[in-house]
Amino acid sequence: MDMSLNKKALFIATGVSLLLISFVFYGSRKLQNFDPALIIYLFGTVFAFFGIVYRYTVWLQRPPTWMYFKRTFQFFFTGKIFLHVISFAKEFIQNIGFQKFIYPRGRSRWIGHFLMATGCTMAFCVTFPLTFGWINFTMNPATSINPSSVHMYEAHFFGFKMFEFALGSFVAFVIFKALYWCSWLVIAGVLIFMRRRLTNAGLVATQTFEGDLLPLILLLAIAVTGLGLSYGYEYMKGIAYDYMAVTHAITVIMFLIWIPFGKFFHIIQRPAQIGAHIYKKEGIKRGMAICPHTHKEFATQLHINDLKIVTKELGFDFTLEDGTSHLDLSPEGKRSRLAMAHLKARQQNGGNLFG
Amino acid sequence: MPVTNYRTEQEFFVDMQRCIGCKACEMACSECETNGHESMIHVNYIDRAVTVQTTVQVCMHCDDPVCANVCPADAITKDEFGVVHTANTARCIGCSNCVMACPFGVPKKDEAYDLMMKCNMCYDRTSAGKKPMCATVCPTQALYYGTREEIAKMRPNSTPVNNFIFGKESVSTKVNIMMPKGSTSLIID
Repeated sequence: MDMSLNKKALFIATGVSLLLISFVFYGSRKLQNFDPALIIYLFGTVFAFFGIVYRYTVWLQRPPTWMYFKRTFQFFFTGKIFLHVISFAKEFIQNIGFQKFIYPRGRSRWIGHFLMATGCTMAFCVTFPLTFGWINFTMNPATSINPSSVHMYEAHFFGFKMFEFALGSFVAFVIFKALYWCSWLVIAGVLIFMRRRLTNAGLVATQTFEGDLLPLILLLAIAVTGLGLSYGYEYMKGIAYDYMAVTHAITVIMFLIWIPFGKFFHIIQRPAQIGAHIYKKEGIKRGMAICPHTHKEFATQLHINDLKIVTKELGFDFTLEDGTSHLDLSPEGKRSRLAMAHLKARQQNGGNLFG
Repeated sequence: MPVTNYRTEQEFFVDMQRCIGCKACEMACSECETNGHESMIHVNYIDRAVTVQTTVQVCMHCDDPVCANVCPADAITKDEFGVVHTANTARCIGCSNCVMACPFGVPKKDEAYDLMMKCNMCYDRTSAGKKPMCATVCPTQALYYGTREEIAKMRPNSTPVNNFIFGKESVSTKVNIMMPKGSTSLIID
């Protein structure tokens, strides 16, 4: 494993992180709306952001990843861009929002993942802007002075008033308890996945604690301590509040700083799937490759041509003596050619079956 | 990987001249827990117009796996025993780079799952000291899993080869193919 510092990634990650910090500063109206109680979460988030951008940049520099990245943007910005935008939006909703591709792998698997993904996404949408001071709430002064009036609460985004709602209303209930709903979704999803990971023999054989179980444990700890914070002061007179606040902060910070290094990085990688789909669609338009052995179409010619470039960049050269490439063959063709080479070796050795 | 009873003295030996196309290995492979009950082994006719000979192909578990190298999502890994594992389901983006780049034509793309899947040498079994499913059922022992001493005794006129030449590329693997005695490599051109 290459452990050396990647200067390009370091430069980009530092630049983007500084940009984020400036957005935090100005988005919170020069920290006027920033909640100092969340400072530790801000440090964790900025570190995670730096790590994510660093790893993403390193990842993009790998020849196969860069080829897909480059091609996706080439195709996206050529031809009918509007159609590409629609197709991208559709795929984003299906594959990122609903994780459609997981459903055929198993219904409970999809339900579990969907619950976790939805809970986490909703929680990100609430907590990141709150931590950055981009969202804040204030009491409407006109209604707060008069004790007999309905007290109105105002929601602000980047310091601009977005809307207001009455305290004690259904809207207030939904908004103030937004993280409750997220936590329950995550807990349900984690339990489905934990059951799967503890009972599926194939997973038991191949999974690792740090790679597969720890992420679930971490999500569960975040959701439970998060709920504990609120339920603690609602139903337990705040007895466990300090403990819950500290453990929640620790688990959340662990989660944040681990995003770039562990399983959670797949959240950042997943949109690449849409790129792979665009690549395939555009490749089909440009023509299919035909296997010289089976004489059937098996992949897009674009894919095969790009793979020849990528494999050479990686130090593999499958060029055959006649100038063609072993990569011109379909998977079935390659298997057959291997068997034919085996037969040829046998024939050169007298032709008899050997044992 | 968790603590295992993987037996490093045991190896995989493939002899495609013995394959009779019975597909018992396919049925057995679908019993493997790590595949999610999908068969990962390939049995196909070599050239049905001229011969009824079939060939059988398991993952060769390359020393420097091309599939893992060309994966844009870092989804394929090789463990300390040299077993190249199937795609990490969280990472695989279903691009098929590995399917098209594998010189042995092994990985499969499941379109419905949008996922690459391949043989991982029945890791649920081999990590527990057992033999892969396919090798336990092959009636002709075209697929054999055992020690070098056992195979040398059983096949005195054969030599296990794990070096394959594809044009300018030389690929060495964990899995062996049985060749005429004295062979050092198999040249595919």
